[in-house]
Formats: sequence, C-alpha cells, structure tokens
Amino acid sequence: MTSPEIYSSTIPLYAVLVSLIAAPLIMLSSRHAILREFWTLAASVVKFALVFMLLPGALAGRIAAFTFWEISPGISLALKADQFGVFFALIASGLWILTSIYSIGYVRGLKERKQTRYFASFAVCLSATIGVAFAANLLTFVFFYEILTIATYPLVIHKETKIAISAGRKYLVYTLTAGALLIAATAWTYRIAGTLDFRAGGLFGDASFSPAAITALFLLFIGGVGVKAAVMPLHSWLPAAMVAPTPVSALLHAVAVVKSGVFGVVRVVGFVFGPALMHQFGLNIFLATVAGVTIILASLLAFQQDNLKQRLAYSTVGHLSYIVLGAALLSPASLTGGLLHIANHATMKITLFFCAGAIYVRHHKEKISELDGIGRVMPWTMGAFTVGAVGLAGIPPISGFVSKWQLGLGSLQAGEALPLAILVLSGLLNAGYFAPIIYRAFLKTPPVPYEHGEASYAMVIPLLITALLSLLLGLNPDLFFHFYRLAAAVSGSILGGIVP
Amino acid sequence: MLHNSPALVPLLLLSTAISIPVLAIKKAKVAYPLAMAASLLSVVISCYNVFRVWGNGPLTYHFGGWFPPIGIEYVLDPLSSFIAVVVNVVAFFVLWHSSGIQGREIPGKSVPYYALTLLFLCGANGIIVTGDLFNLYVFLEIFSLSMYGLIGIGEKQAPVAAFRYLIMGTIGASFYLLGLGFLYIVTGSLNMADVRNILPLVYGNPAVAAALSFMVIGMGIKMAIFPLHGWLPDAYTYAPSTSSALIAPIGTKVAAYVIIRVLFFVFGVKFVSQSLPITDLIAWLAAIGILYGSVLAMAQKELKRMLAYSSIAQIGYIGLGIGLANPLGYIGAVLHILNHAFMKGTLFLVAANLRKRFGHSDISRFDASYRKKLPWSMAAFTLAALSMIGLPPTAGFFSKWYLALGAIDKGNWVFLAVILISSLLNAVYFFRILEKVYLAPPPAPAAGENLSPDGEKRKGSLIGEEEYSLMMPVVILSFSLLLIGLWNANIVKEVIQRIIPLGM
Repeated sequence: MTSPEIYSSTIPLYAVLVSLIAAPLIMLSSRHAILREFWTLAASVVKFALVFMLLPGALAGRIAAFTFWEISPGISLALKADQFGVFFALIASGLWILTSIYSIGYVRGLKERKQTRYFASFAVCLSATIGVAFAANLLTFVFFYEILTIATYPLVIHKETKIAISAGRKYLVYTLTAGALLIAATAWTYRIAGTLDFRAGGLFGDASFSPAAITALFLLFIGGVGVKAAVMPLHSWLPAAMVAPTPVSALLHAVAVVKSGVFGVVRVVGFVFGPALMHQFGLNIFLATVAGVTIILASLLAFQQDNLKQRLAYSTVGHLSYIVLGAALLSPASLTGGLLHIANHATMKITLFFCAGAIYVRHHKEKISELDGIGRVMPWTMGAFTVGAVGLAGIPPISGFVSKWQLGLGSLQAGEALPLAILVLSGLLNAGYFAPIIYRAFLKTPPVPYEHGEASYAMVIPLLITALLSLLLGLNPDLFFHFYRLAAAVSGSILGGIVP
Repeated sequence: MLHNSPALVPLLLLSTAISIPVLAIKKAKVAYPLAMAASLLSVVISCYNVFRVWGNGPLTYHFGGWFPPIGIEYVLDPLSSFIAVVVNVVAFFVLWHSSGIQGREIPGKSVPYYALTLLFLCGANGIIVTGDLFNLYVFLEIFSLSMYGLIGIGEKQAPVAAFRYLIMGTIGASFYLLGLGFLYIVTGSLNMADVRNILPLVYGNPAVAAALSFMVIGMGIKMAIFPLHGWLPDAYTYAPSTSSALIAPIGTKVAAYVIIRVLFFVFGVKFVSQSLPITDLIAWLAAIGILYGSVLAMAQKELKRMLAYSSIAQIGYIGLGIGLANPLGYIGAVLHILNHAFMKGTLFLVAANLRKRFGHSDISRFDASYRKKLPWSMAAFTLAALSMIGLPPTAGFFSKWYLALGAIDKGNWVFLAVILISSLLNAVYFFRILEKVYLAPPPAPAAGENLSPDGEKRKGSLIGEEEYSLMMPVVILSFSLLLIGLWNANIVKEVIQRIIPLGM
C-alpha cells in the first residue's frame, strides 16, 4: 500500500463546528419550537454532507487534515479525516439526521419539558463525536472525549427524577474516572514516545519498555476507553443510563458515545500500540479474554431484563465487545469484521431503540411482558424490530451476518477456535433473548385491546429507514457509503498493507 | 515613564491608597472611581511592561539611582511581569464587581475598604517586582497588614478570624525575617541576584540551610500550604465576600511566587532539590494537602467555606509543581497561579452574587430557582467548576496536564495518582452544587410570592440578570478560562519557558 497523501482542508473543522454553532442558535430560539427543530435538522444535514464530501478522498487514500494551533508545546490540536475517522463520522452524522427527525416526533409526542437543553446538548454531543472521529492525536482525542462526557450528562438526567439523577451520578463517576485514567495514559505515552500522533501500526516506534510498564500503560488506556466501550466490569453505567429519553439511548448509547469508546479501543490497539507490541506482550490475549467474557455474560444478563430498553442495553454491551474482540484478534478479517460491526450494530440497534421509543410514546409500555400482541397494532414498527433483532442474532441476509461472518473468519485466520465458538454461542443467545419479544408481539393476543396504532410519521419513517439500511447493508456491505472498502482499508493499514 | 515603569505600579497604588481617605473626607463616593482608575492604570502599565519585557528582555530600575547591591533594585523579568499582570487583572475585575456589593456587605465602610484594597495591591505588586530580599519583607508587611484589615472589616466572626490570621501571619513574616537575617550574615547582601552569586561559595554553611528552612516555613504559612493552612478557612469564610474574592485569588499566589523566587532564583535548583531536598518535602506536603483540602471541601455546607478548603487543595497543586522541581512541574505551578486566580476569582464572585441576591450561600438551600434568577452567574460558576475539575478545553485541564507530565517525568506515580484523584474529588463537590442549582425543584412558593422566571425577567433586564456590574466581571473572568485553556501554549512558550530556572 502506498502511504496516504495528506492535504490541508477545513472540511473536518467545519464538520466538527457545525453543530457546535447550532447549539447557541438552538438556545436562542428557546421559545420557538419550529426554529429550534430547524436548526437541529439543518445542522445534522450539513454535518452529514460535509462528512460525505470527505468520503471519496478517504477511499482514494487522500486524507484531509486541519491543524488548529499548538495546545501544549510540541502537541497541536489537530484533526485528520483518515479512513477510520471518516468511517465513524459517516455513521454518527448520518444517523443523527434520522435521530433528529425521530426526536422531534418523540418530544412532541410526550410533550417533554426542557427541549431546548435537550436539542442543544445533543448538538454538542455530535460535535464532540465527530471530533473524536477526526482527532489526529491522543490529546485532541482526550479533548473531545471529555467534552462528550460532559455534554451527555444533561441528556442522561433529562427526566430530572431521582432515578435519573442517580443514574447521572453513576455515569459521571464512571466516565470521569475513565477520563482521568486516559489523561494519565496520554501523558505517559507522551513521555515515552515523544509524540501523540496516531499512526497506523503503532506510534511508539522503537521505544523500549519493560513488560510491566507496557501492561500498566495498556490497562490505563483500556480503563480510559473501556468505560465508554462498556467492557465488563466497566459496563454498569450503560444500563443505568437507559433512564434517558429513548432517542438519547438510541443515538448516544447505541451509536455515538459507546462507539466512541470502541473507536478508542481500536485507535489504542491499532494506532497507539500496534499489532507488533500487542503480540509481543500478550496484550491481545488479555483484551480478547475480556471481550469474550463480556459477550457471553452480557447476553446472559439480557435474558433477565423485562424492561425492553434494559434488555437492549445489555445486548449493546455484548455487541460492543464483538468489536473489541475483532480488534484484539488482530487478523485482517477480524479487524474488518469488527469495524463493519460498528456500522452494522449501529443501524440495527438504533432501529430497536427507535421501536422501543415508539411503543413508549404511543402506548406508554416499557416492559416486554406488556407487549402481547402489539405487532397487530404496530405492524411496521414491530416489523422493523424483527429485522433488527434477526440481524443482531447474525442471521442472513441482514447486515449483522456480514460482520459476524468476517469476525468468524478472522478468528480462524488468527488460528483461534474459541472466539468462533463464542460468536456462535452469542448468536444463539441473541436469538434466545429477542425471540420472545417477537413472539409476544405477533402471536399472542393482547389482554386488553390497544387504544392506539402506530406512532407518528416522524417516528415511524426513521425506524423504517434504519431497518431498510440494515437489510441493504446485509445484501451489499459496500452500498452507498463503501463501509466495507473503508473497513478493509483501515484493517490493511493497521496490519501493514495486508489487504484481505 | 519609560525607564522607570517597573516602579510605577507600586508607587501609583501606594499614592492613591493614601490619597483616598483624604480626598474622600467629604464625599465617600469618590473612593470607588479613584480606586478603579488606579487599578485600571496598573493593569495598563503592567500589560505594557509585559510587552516590553518580551521585546527587550528583563527591565531593572534602581531606586534613587543607587546601584545594587547597595541600593534597592526592581526587576521585571518574564516571571514577575507575568504574575503582576495576573494579580492586577484579577484585582481589577474584583474591584469592578465590588461597586455593587460592598454597599450591602460593609455599609458605610467604602473609604477604608478601597484604601486597604489599594494598599494590599501595592504590597502585592511590590513583592512581585522587587529584586531585594529585605524590600520584599517590607512589602510583605504592607500586604499582610492590609489583608488583616480587609478580613476584619467583615461580619461578626471576622475580627476573630482576622486576629487568628494576624498571629499566624506575623509568625510567618518573622520566620521569613529570621531566615533573611541568617542569609545576610553569611552573604553580606540583600540583593537577590547578588545573593544568588555569593551563595555557592557558602553552601556548606549550616546557616544557609537554616535560612532556607525559615524562609520556606514563613512563606509556607502565607501560602497556606498544608499543614500551615489553619488560618485560611475562617479568614475566607468570614471576610466580606468582596474581600475574599480579592484575597483568595491573590493572597496565597503572591506567597507562592515568593517561594518560587526564593527557592529557584536565590538558593538555586540544585541546592534546594539535591543538597537539601526541601522541594521533596514541599511536594509531599502539597500532595497530602490536595487530598485533605478536597475531602474537607466535600464535607462543607457553606459555599464560601467549601471554596476555602478547595483553595487549600488548589494551592497544593502549585506546591506540588514547585516541589517536583523539574521544568514541566514548574510550568504547571506557574500556569496554575494564573488559572487558579481566575477560577477562584470567578467562584468567590459568584458566591458574593448569591449572598447579595439571597442573603446566604448555604449549599443545602440551593435549588433550581437560583439558576433562573442568576442565569449568567450560574453559567459562569459552571464553567469555573468544570475548569476546577480539569475538563478540556478549560484552563484547569492544562494545569493538570503539565503537572501530570511533570510527575511522570519525575517517575513519581503517587503524585500522578493524587492529581487525578483530586480532579475526581473536585467533580464530587462541584457537581453536588450543580445538581442542586440546575435540578433541585424549588420549594413551593409562599402565598403572594411570584417565583416564575417570566415575571422575574419582565421586571429585570433582557438578559435575565439585573445588575451588570455584578454579572459582567464574573462572566468575563470565567469565559477567559476557555481562552486561557485554548491558548495556554502561547503563555507557556512565551512566558514560562523563557524563564525556567537554571539547573532544572
């Protein structure tokens, strides 16, 4: 592979700033719902368009970069839209458009209070997420990662109930601790390597370490990014954060925030440590073990949850670790599969959350045991739900199958059978905890007839689009956004030019 | 004006401080504009000085034309000119803010208040620019005596707190003087640069070690470094809000500056970190102080008292940076002098606004109506709190960043852990307040009371807060935290790195 050409461009900057500029505009239009929603939608569309403009360059190996200024002597605040960054930014910004439309339906349907704060925080979160995606070095990454932490807090406590506030506390304790660990890891890395710029294949060069030091450093990093990636035992903030309004759970706790965590894991594994160091010190085995255990335990815990969103949350915990596992196995197909799962899990899980929110807004039902026969009054919603659930269980032709297939291949490439077994078992468990929901929804008769039907168009259309996307990306992973090509290219660059 | 600009600020402040009581005999109203004018002028001159130092290198001024070491020398190098700007700028904002607050908190005392404030600032500026160790003591006394006055002028318990501080502060000053005496006996000079040159010849003399210990303990009391902090919580709590907003950002920082000056620029880095490793002691005490202050801050029920304990912790950051005695720690310490001055300034001014608006600053009584009545003050408070926790891109993050780099450079993991744990403890005690101010439902309104924010807004101004003079300084100070954070590399490279002490 030829080394990518880097050119200076302000597009990454604008992509980050768009929603940051939208936030004050939203706050200024606090008395006009329409205007507020207009700003949100406009910002999301512009943001997506900007990110999309970067796609052809990224595919051709041309990387847009923007450097602000030195933020600490020798370290710049800098953005770089490399393939991995564009990949993640595309997912986050694309789904933000749908979530915005859905949000409008949701908050209107529930007549939520404090909508201004809600939309403004949402906009800041998206800026931070794109910042995380485009961060060119660790310090810039830490910057946006911490902003994301703080901007999400008002959304977690949105309902302002006792439960919400205590969930917010839990969230802060976990994420701020993680932030502190990440800062320590970053400072230490700077001390050892003298640079913080992400480099495919590792940034340490030929610095020498003692095994104890590198293990400690790796643990600090995983402690830092692992909380948002919800690897066990650092996951318990995520189910608690489900008290947030459903669009928040959908975009942030299935896509933006948690994926920033796994994005961080992949950055740390592939762009800070690199495959050579990972293998040399056995760090990949440690990471794969953690991921494997998380996958199985989370799936088992999902069975116990009667609250629909809680069950989805545990399912998210499990699926995030698919990606971590893919990164830990460090084979071409496993990395590609792991990265693809960032996109695929995003579209599928957001569909499921959208469905949960639609049910809640229209019928005020949150528990699975109350959903008997709901498929009859909400056929479209529950149809989309079925698509997402089938996909998460890894059944073709939904996109979840593609990423799982690649992950399975990857585990064989790495010469390990155990991860493959874990993936198969997890697929069964997924099917096990989703099947009862679908069964209840379509085949059981409701105890009392439902009073309402489908939710508003603003809610149903986004969830149909995401379900359709899951299906289409399963049929052709390279459709529209070239996710497959991007993922394969990233995986190739990390592993040093071995394109599968 | 050009060649004597180093001496200009202290003299200007001193002459205004003396003339205020005279000019304001008939009309007390004159005091405020006079003080503001002097303060503004000192900001202008000290900024001008910074640029001159940047352009031409250190400036010196010899009093009465007497050359050192006989005469008194004033020296403006990047470090002293920078600290002078920090002090004068923060003081200017506090003075601006005081117009709306001192009438209520210390009615009828505006003339002594402004005279004392200017005297206090004169002392601070004198300490910063002087290049003479004994002249420093003289300014230290001016500075401290006016500080006792500023504290004692407050509520009922204030004189007791002031008296306690007077005892402690006098002991501190005496220790400094004692150390200085020892130093003079061995070196025969009082000029800092001169002493610096002579000292290596007499390092072996036990009197030098004694001098160093006395001076550090003396200034340690003034700086309130753990365990010499006993005077601080009461003094900050019972002083009038406007005095605490002045003393908290400036008082202890000036002492920190003296410690940096004396340790690294008089005694020399090698001596204080290797021959007589007093920096290690400072670092460990500071680390304990950081945790101690943070834990006690969490336990406080009153905002000003909480901020006072938080100050003890934050002074620990500066102490830790000094104690690391390496370039990165030093950068962290000097930068934190600036950052903490701005953060604590903001926080104490918000506490003052709360007291003015609601008559108390009891954390347990805060609720969401406070934010609706003081939206901008609370926004400023939030920003300053995030900076205290050390979240990017605020200034506080970078103090933490450089200190963490410094701790790693030294290979001391305990210090690194302390810095990070402290930021989490900060989060605990600040989010406790933020949660209340933004989320706690206000109590049901009493009959006839109109608590709705709309009514309030219509009555007040467009922006939701009535008094600009209370709001603007707070907002400007806190938003500059973002600017300082984003452009901290310029400060570090242009100012702090230019004057890293020899031998670090």
